Amino acid sequence: MPLHLPPTISRRALLGGGLACAGIAALSRQHQARAAKTLLNVSYDPTRELYHDINTAFHEDRDIRRNDGAIVVRTSNGGSGAQARSVLEGSPADVVTLGLARDIDILAQNGFLARDWQKRLPHNSTPFTSAIVFLVRKGNPKAITDWPDLVRPGIQVVTPNPKTSGGARWNYLAAWGWALRQPGGDEATARNYLKTLFSHVPVLDAGARGATNSFVQRGLGDVLIAWENEALLAAKDLGPDKFDIVVPELTILAEPPVALIDRNVHNHGTGTEARAYLDFLYSREAQKIGASHYFRPVDPIIITESAWRFPTVSTFDIADLGGWVSVQKKHFSTGGVFDQIYSSDA
Amino acid sequence: MNAAGDNSMIRWGLVIATYLIVGLMLVLPPVVVLSEALREGIGPAVATLADPDAVSAFRLTLEMTIASVIFNTIFGVLAAWLISKYRFPLRGLLVALIEIPISISPVVAGLVWLLLFGTQGWWGTALERMHIAVAFAPPGILLATIFVTFPYVARTLLPLMEQQGRDVEEAAMLLGASFWQILFYVTLPNARWALLSGILLTTARAMGEFGAVSVVSGHIPGLTETMPLHIETLYNGYQSVAAFTMAALLAIMAMATVWLRSVFEARALRLPEPDVQEGGRA
Repeated sequence: MPLHLPPTISRRALLGGGLACAGIAALSRQHQARAAKTLLNVSYDPTRELYHDINTAFHEDRDIRRNDGAIVVRTSNGGSGAQARSVLEGSPADVVTLGLARDIDILAQNGFLARDWQKRLPHNSTPFTSAIVFLVRKGNPKAITDWPDLVRPGIQVVTPNPKTSGGARWNYLAAWGWALRQPGGDEATARNYLKTLFSHVPVLDAGARGATNSFVQRGLGDVLIAWENEALLAAKDLGPDKFDIVVPELTILAEPPVALIDRNVHNHGTGTEARAYLDFLYSREAQKIGASHYFRPVDPIIITESAWRFPTVSTFDIADLGGWVSVQKKHFSTGGVFDQIYSSDA
Repeated sequence: MNAAGDNSMIRWGLVIATYLIVGLMLVLPPVVVLSEALREGIGPAVATLADPDAVSAFRLTLEMTIASVIFNTIFGVLAAWLISKYRFPLRGLLVALIEIPISISPVVAGLVWLLLFGTQGWWGTALERMHIAVAFAPPGILLATIFVTFPYVARTLLPLMEQQGRDVEEAAMLLGASFWQILFYVTLPNARWALLSGILLTTARAMGEFGAVSVVSGHIPGLTETMPLHIETLYNGYQSVAAFTMAALLAIMAMATVWLRSVFEARALRLPEPDVQEGGRA
């Protein structure tokens, strides 16, 4: 004989459902309230230490306090592409500071900010630049000095996956641009060089920090292709007696840009504070902090002051390769040059 | 004679092999975590837990765990009760559905919530207009945690409740007990040890969930990072001591939960539900 449900269950269930909804609403309200005087900076992988210090300086800056009150900035770090994706899906970023302009372009295409965002701040919206360099084991036992050495027999190269990592795209393009500029160099020789190069890569990590960890902590490979800031951090701070930096003869000038996410600051009512934060990145104080973390400053005075920190490099930039739109399509789209060279050697 | 000697040799071999494997696979990892955490002594290790982001991660993990345990206990009990005491169409399908979270990858479980609540998702635009944050906020983390821990209470209750049958409930009903009286005075007391065990399993799983939460969290330290996520962030920031201290804390919390569970289970075996034995087979 089946039990009969008394009618009370539906009322109770309704009550329970209502309570659960109220709970979720309360949680999200609490989240909103907490976000009142805070900004969220969604950033790429190797900026953890940089923005930790800049956020503290911004919080304590007297001019900012007088104008806007004390502002707490939180930073979320991850692979540049993945971070752009999470902003696209609704991560409440007030500003983004990503590894390459392409990732911010995607947000602009989806209406998160104006399409001409890169013109809104000085230096192509890039408060710090970097170069792509090599990190090798102490004393350079494999005598690696320039790009051709990476493809010598027996050399293992560590670089992350260009499909997921912004840093890896810079690495890839540095190699590509160098190969193009060799005597007799053209697209065919550049393709060949990259194909050989990637056959020397034992494992493709998803992000720049993962690749650094593979090389530094797990001891994988003979040479790490990396952001200069990441390489200098590893060489100077993590293991002064374990690593050396090698600057290739020619490399790419990496420009990781910053931008205000118009749509989110409109919703959060944080436009003024977020703009102040982005301007602060160009201030002497922030530029100095950047230099101390081995990010190349753009302020002329700080450039001179911190010149001793950085090796001289000769560089080309992304515009020399045709800009991000065409580079992205040609190299990193499905079936593009990277897919062709990587799949055919697997 | 000879056969008996072989037997004891095999037995001892198996015992030693088992302890070796358990030692290597199960005991070594927590020991390594603890020793990494204490590399610079206990003072610096404990100090890292006072960091505001660490405190926030601890609090968020606690909140999410408690909320999902409450939710899954209520629904697990109701589902197990429904499935074991009633016969209705597609009952087998319901059992299979409850098990979905066990078989599905946590990454997929996280992505589902993004597809629904993300800005690009089905309900994203409406939620944004109402200024309700679900994805990349605690509610999204809660949904992800509830999803992955959904089956545990129901799954531990089901076999026991099925075995107990519904004779006692029917007797109670004939004596005039209401639905809630039957649930709280008859069914639940009979299944209390299984229920407790299911709750503790849910707790351990909810505290440790990484994959699904990682997808919906947005990794904002101090806001949407639970302990497992914060451990990753600390490790990637080269803060080994802080990372492993938090890992050790999380491991201790999980092991305490599992230990409690085995205590209750042992107790349940010692007192084999006298009511059921008498009522169930009458």
